[in-house]
Amino acid sequence: MDFGLIIRNALRAAFGDFAAVYALAAIGLNMHFGYTGLLNFGQAAFLALGAYGIGVTVTYLGLSLWVGIAVGIAAAVLFALLLGIPTLRLRADYLAIVTIAASEIVRFLVRSVTLSDYTGGSFGLSNFADQFYALNPLDGTQYGIGPIQYTGRQTWVLLVAWSLVALMTLLTYTLMHSPWGRVLKSIREDEDAARSLGKNVFVYKMQSLVLGGVIGALGGFMLAISIQSVQPDTYSTAITFFAYAILILGGTARVFGPVIGSMLFWSLLSLTDNVLRQAVNAGYIPPSILDGTQIGQVRLMLVGLGIMLLMIFRPQGIFGDREEIALDAR
Amino acid sequence: MRRTRSVLLLALIGLLVLGGGAAHAQQDEEGESIRGTIVQRPEEGEPVPVPGVEISVTMGGTEVEGSPVVTGEDGSYLLELPGPGDYSATLNQDTLPEGVQLTNPDRATLEFSLRPNQSRPLLFPLGEGRERGSQFVARAVQLFAEGIKFGLIIAITSVGLSLIFGTTGLVNFAHGELVTFGAIIAWTINVLLGIPLVPAGIIAMLVGGISGYLLDRGLWSPLRKRGTGLIAMLVISIGLSLLLRSAFNFQFGGRTRPFAQYAVQRAVDVGPFQLAPKDILSILLSVAVLVGVALVLQRTRIGKAMRAVADNNDLAESSGIDVERVIGFVWFFGAALATLGGILLGLAEQVSFQMGFQLLLLMFAGVTLGGLGTAYGALLGSLVVGLFVQLSTLVVSPELKNVGALLILILILLVRPQGILGSRERVG
Amino acid sequence: MPDNTATSTLDGIAHEPGVAKPDAVLVADSVVRRFGGLKAVDVEHAEFQRGAITALIGPNGAGKTTFFNLLTGFDQADSGSWTYDGKKLSGVPAHKVARRGVVRTFQLTKALSRLTVMENMKLGATGQSGESFLRALVPPLWKRQEKAIEARAEDLLERFKLDKKRDDFAGTLSGGQRKLLEMARALMVEPRIVMLDEPMAGVNPALTQSLLGHVKDLRAEGMTVLFVEHDMDVVRDISDWVIVMAQGRIIAEGTHEAIGRNQAVIDAYLGAHHDAPLTEAEERQQLEEADAQLAAEAQQEHAKP
Repeated sequence: MDFGLIIRNALRAAFGDFAAVYALAAIGLNMHFGYTGLLNFGQAAFLALGAYGIGVTVTYLGLSLWVGIAVGIAAAVLFALLLGIPTLRLRADYLAIVTIAASEIVRFLVRSVTLSDYTGGSFGLSNFADQFYALNPLDGTQYGIGPIQYTGRQTWVLLVAWSLVALMTLLTYTLMHSPWGRVLKSIREDEDAARSLGKNVFVYKMQSLVLGGVIGALGGFMLAISIQSVQPDTYSTAITFFAYAILILGGTARVFGPVIGSMLFWSLLSLTDNVLRQAVNAGYIPPSILDGTQIGQVRLMLVGLGIMLLMIFRPQGIFGDREEIALDAR
Repeated sequence: MRRTRSVLLLALIGLLVLGGGAAHAQQDEEGESIRGTIVQRPEEGEPVPVPGVEISVTMGGTEVEGSPVVTGEDGSYLLELPGPGDYSATLNQDTLPEGVQLTNPDRATLEFSLRPNQSRPLLFPLGEGRERGSQFVARAVQLFAEGIKFGLIIAITSVGLSLIFGTTGLVNFAHGELVTFGAIIAWTINVLLGIPLVPAGIIAMLVGGISGYLLDRGLWSPLRKRGTGLIAMLVISIGLSLLLRSAFNFQFGGRTRPFAQYAVQRAVDVGPFQLAPKDILSILLSVAVLVGVALVLQRTRIGKAMRAVADNNDLAESSGIDVERVIGFVWFFGAALATLGGILLGLAEQVSFQMGFQLLLLMFAGVTLGGLGTAYGALLGSLVVGLFVQLSTLVVSPELKNVGALLILILILLVRPQGILGSRERVG
Repeated sequence: MPDNTATSTLDGIAHEPGVAKPDAVLVADSVVRRFGGLKAVDVEHAEFQRGAITALIGPNGAGKTTFFNLLTGFDQADSGSWTYDGKKLSGVPAHKVARRGVVRTFQLTKALSRLTVMENMKLGATGQSGESFLRALVPPLWKRQEKAIEARAEDLLERFKLDKKRDDFAGTLSGGQRKLLEMARALMVEPRIVMLDEPMAGVNPALTQSLLGHVKDLRAEGMTVLFVEHDMDVVRDISDWVIVMAQGRIIAEGTHEAIGRNQAVIDAYLGAHHDAPLTEAEERQQLEEADAQLAAEAQQEHAKP
């Protein structure tokens, strides 16, 4: 086994485009679930709306990518409003059901034949982000530190994506140290108490839903730009579940939780992926037990198991403080 | 003006739009071509390729070389085109076999453009076309019967979901996996061990029920004793769902597989409906089981205890009911029913690793519609959802039939969040 | 009890359900709330005297808390209306009721566990500009107000003897301390009417005295106090006026001496006695258990190096 390669890949994954995209998705979820207590299981839809916002605007309407970004954000805001108005007055578990249903509706629609003229059906859309790459100031071919190297193009994507992550983290920090953030947290703890103190709970929940959704859409932009394509099945519930795993891993209601969680999550996935792949190729694992195509399934199993174990044994995340979470149980 | 309106439309992605324009596809091969496969997709069973269908392609009004292309034995066609540009392809509907037609006869002609080196798939979906007048009524009646069948399956699977919620407060996102698990167990016993489906199904229900019971004892019961919060448990159930679904995919594979018996049956006329014997049996069995469920809930000690615990956990406990024992039974009972639902669904649509997960949202829709936590609400709500899913294909394309059901779920929550049979106090 | 204007103005008022008060701040008319077929609340007319402490008592299931929930916008009445200071209060959403100066506490204390005691307090202040999303992004816009709020919160914490806990998570407080915190937090809203739902439930006797003292202080500061209590003995010391509910209706009103002699009240309590106490006892037990657990956790915390 080539451990050097395995570690190199794990490190690359920690700083890669997926880590940044999912960090954004999880920052949004942290706003929803971590700070406001909203069980949003439709985060995938916000990413999809961001991604398709630029995809459809550029390829179907022939407008600029920047208009696409505005369209994507508008779509995320609108979706949050559509979703929030009927459901934010409901109990947490109803919200979970409705959001997951809504995100599947979005996926069904963008992959449908009916809308395929706009969205490209199950094939999706591609090559709409040239304007983004045209702005690339990096003309070198290779950038990086030591063993972690990226092409100029990748570096440009990563630079922008991680800047967005930093910006959104700063935003979260500022908001959560303000009276606004205090109201959000009080709603998470007990919305009736917040109400009895004169807070318009519905408005705050809506603001949180919109803000977290738009941050998710930013993740969608970066995902679509990074691979220059959108395909409907990328935006299945798996994105949402991964984002939850990341959030819990890094610690909910922690400003840096999503970022650390995402970097760890993707390097762990890369690690298991590479180790398994090499073990299969080297014949350490006989093909009757595991063949190459099944590695993806093993990895999903591990994510599922990881969510369960973390939630059961370390709900505070791997760095979190047990005490604060213990207060939650009552 | 047109453009602004388009932008607005785009902002409404995920809402209702229809129209024409350009689409995109993957680039696979050198040179420009169109390709595709003409298949008929019956409600049940494998898609059937349709050979001998003519598709003519024109550019600027003149037919291109090689047109019309005719589909082969496997229903596929491939036509090399002279170069990139705008084309129009027309499926000659007279060459379709008797009883087969385009899903949307208005879309027999497709306009498309080709980029350099693009091999573009063109889809001509076949199905039961749109009829009008008396045919529409006949079709509605037929869909009604299918809706009843489907709704009953949802009902059987969601009784457990609802009772588990009622007794423990857990919103079990892994309930769909109980359905899949049951179907896979039945399939294994039936196909791999060669035992006929009926005894295989009974064994599978036992295995499924016991697994449900063990799942509660091994996982959920300890979590309840630790005082794990309901939201934490919900997230854990999502992890469990992902774990199990991937494990099924790992073990069972990604393909859909039929049971050894009853896979293909010819539909027979039953009054105004056309149903396969297995569907009729499925409906009768579902009704019998659901009546049985109602009798158990209404008449037996354990059933009354289940309802009591679901109604008010503390009160039941203080009146001497062993709540944990009842919950264990609920899991056994719910998982066994989920297994049965999985088998019936497998009969209707074959067994796959994600059949349960795909059903989960409809189960939630049914349960929410009826009122979370009430057993009878789940029955009623599921029937409505099943009917709605099937009947909605009268007006929307079948690929969108679940969208309608999920939209209804959201609308119901808007109007009557407590569901049809739920009481207002259940909503926080 | 020291000289008190509210009590004296209520002298000579007829002891009958729905009687008019000389200076009623809160007036309710034909309020009905049904749960299924059961009329949980069915109040024809009720008036609450400004600046007085009014106790709402009655056996379990009498509809006291439901009536409270209706008045404060936490539940929707099937019919009926009520006014505050002559202005319609029925149909007003809960948060607006609070902003108008009618603030309530809850039977099961709602301390916001994962917020510190100080954050709990600061949350109570109304009209905070930093609570608007956009202004929250620019700290200089709200820092000064925040300081003022903090100063006010510190005064109140001192008064309620919670100042040493200011930076602890509210979830680590004992049951009694939570009750104190909730009351102090309610005062941060600067209310005109304070509605306390069983403020003494699950609180040890020593703390009960201190809580009663705080309730009297509220009146001394000119606030109107309404509180729900199921135990008649508790209301004796502090209430200027007692309203008795049973089966959703007001069955008696008067001073506590008069109520103690009222046959209808005695019947209601005795009649309700055999089917009521189970859940009550359970609730107490739960609260005690929670307290014990908290104490144990606190000890563990201290034991840590």
